[in-house]
Amino acid sequence: MNQSVWSRLDLVARSLFPFALSLLLVMASMVPLRVPDLSPIVPALSIVAIYYWVIYRPDLMPGWAVFLLGLIQDLLGGGPVGVHALVFLLLVAAVGGQRRFLATGSFGLVWFVFLPVAAICFFLIWALYCLNLGTIMDGRSVFFQYLTTVAVYPCLAWIFAQAQRALLR
Amino acid sequence: MKKPAGSISYIATPVRAWIHRFAFILLVASAFGLMLLGKADTVMVERARTAVTDAVVPLLDLASRPVDSFNGMVDSLREMADLRAENALLRRENDRLRNWQAVAQRLEAENTALRRLTQSVPDPGLRFITARVIGDPGGAFARSVLVNAGARDGVAKGQAAITSEGLAGRVAETGHRSARILLLSDINSRIPVLVGDGRDRAILAGDNSVQPRLVYLAPGVDVQLGDRVVTSGHGGAFPPGLPVGVVSQVGEGGLRIEPFVDWSHLEYLRLADYELSGFLSTPETRNGPATLEANRSGDQEGTQGGSQRAGR
Repeated sequence: MNQSVWSRLDLVARSLFPFALSLLLVMASMVPLRVPDLSPIVPALSIVAIYYWVIYRPDLMPGWAVFLLGLIQDLLGGGPVGVHALVFLLLVAAVGGQRRFLATGSFGLVWFVFLPVAAICFFLIWALYCLNLGTIMDGRSVFFQYLTTVAVYPCLAWIFAQAQRALLR
Repeated sequence: MKKPAGSISYIATPVRAWIHRFAFILLVASAFGLMLLGKADTVMVERARTAVTDAVVPLLDLASRPVDSFNGMVDSLREMADLRAENALLRRENDRLRNWQAVAQRLEAENTALRRLTQSVPDPGLRFITARVIGDPGGAFARSVLVNAGARDGVAKGQAAITSEGLAGRVAETGHRSARILLLSDINSRIPVLVGDGRDRAILAGDNSVQPRLVYLAPGVDVQLGDRVVTSGHGGAFPPGLPVGVVSQVGEGGLRIEPFVDWSHLEYLRLADYELSGFLSTPETRNGPATLEANRSGDQEGTQGGSQRAGR
């Protein structure tokens, strides 16, 4: 009995791991690094995290978790509320449909597919911000943030893969 | 007794899929709803925002400390390399500043005398709350930072946030132990300023770029490159005369300024409490844990004004 309680707790902790890690990344990207000119183009780590986990462990990254991550990002980031939550949900819907194909694909393929997926995410966030503000925002730094996000994908995906191997298998 | 598992899953699978789909649509709808709510009921959203920020602040405070000490170390190493040159530079600057100090003292005395002569109303006293920057959401969409002082330390919405170089932004939201500073480069930032020696009124409007725009300048006003821009104090919340930046672009593309503030070294911010508001005399703010310097640069009227308010 006791054994089963502990093993169940262990199971719950492990299954919460992807969400907890993504939440940690959302907060980690808030730490001021004070590197000149980095702040506006700091990579959107949450997009990478959600994309990865939806492909490899969609059961551990359900809709509510994605919604919550987006909401926390919106509340902490100071932008209009609901924008990231909506875009993350759409990301899940789009990637979830193709996950069988992606999960068996090579690393290069998954990264390659991330390019348009992230581009659409950034475009949607940009469009929703513009709609909210009622003006057209300059898209250049959005583009640079997109580039850094795409560039950071292999590094983060490697960390996620190690964590997945160590904790979730 | 035992039912075949197949028949249950035969019914349950489509039902579960349908529930999943319904839950998903519900979440998407709530995200849309939140967006509308954020437009309609800003108070509620602000409360949620400050609650989340307050919850995260201890973590961020902890996480930002090693980064700060590492940066401090890098800075001191870099300074060590050209200590001699910098020393000579500082000596020269010190001489120059001493001259300026003499001029400033003379002007201040003259100003006091003239104020007394004209019986002008003294400016309210200035008080500073020093807060550490512990969070920078970053990203391309907004420019704001979080500081580790909030309502309990006397921080209030609308206060000016300044560094030793000049104005950095204003307090946009105040939690109990944290506050969000909307930087002057943010797309939502609008600050009334005065431009150049002519002290022409304008609005400094951020657009998320490093060089904010000057808008609503009266037609026919001649603005030159290098003109100093200072806060005008219109609107009441900001002290007048805070240095903001210099005009860096004129012509077809509109007017832009280069702010004095160094964005990559935004470590501490001083929040200028200028308004004659009631919270000044509340006990928490008097005994607040933050570095509260009752700072009034100067004349007697100002000091008297300050103590009167504190005693109220």
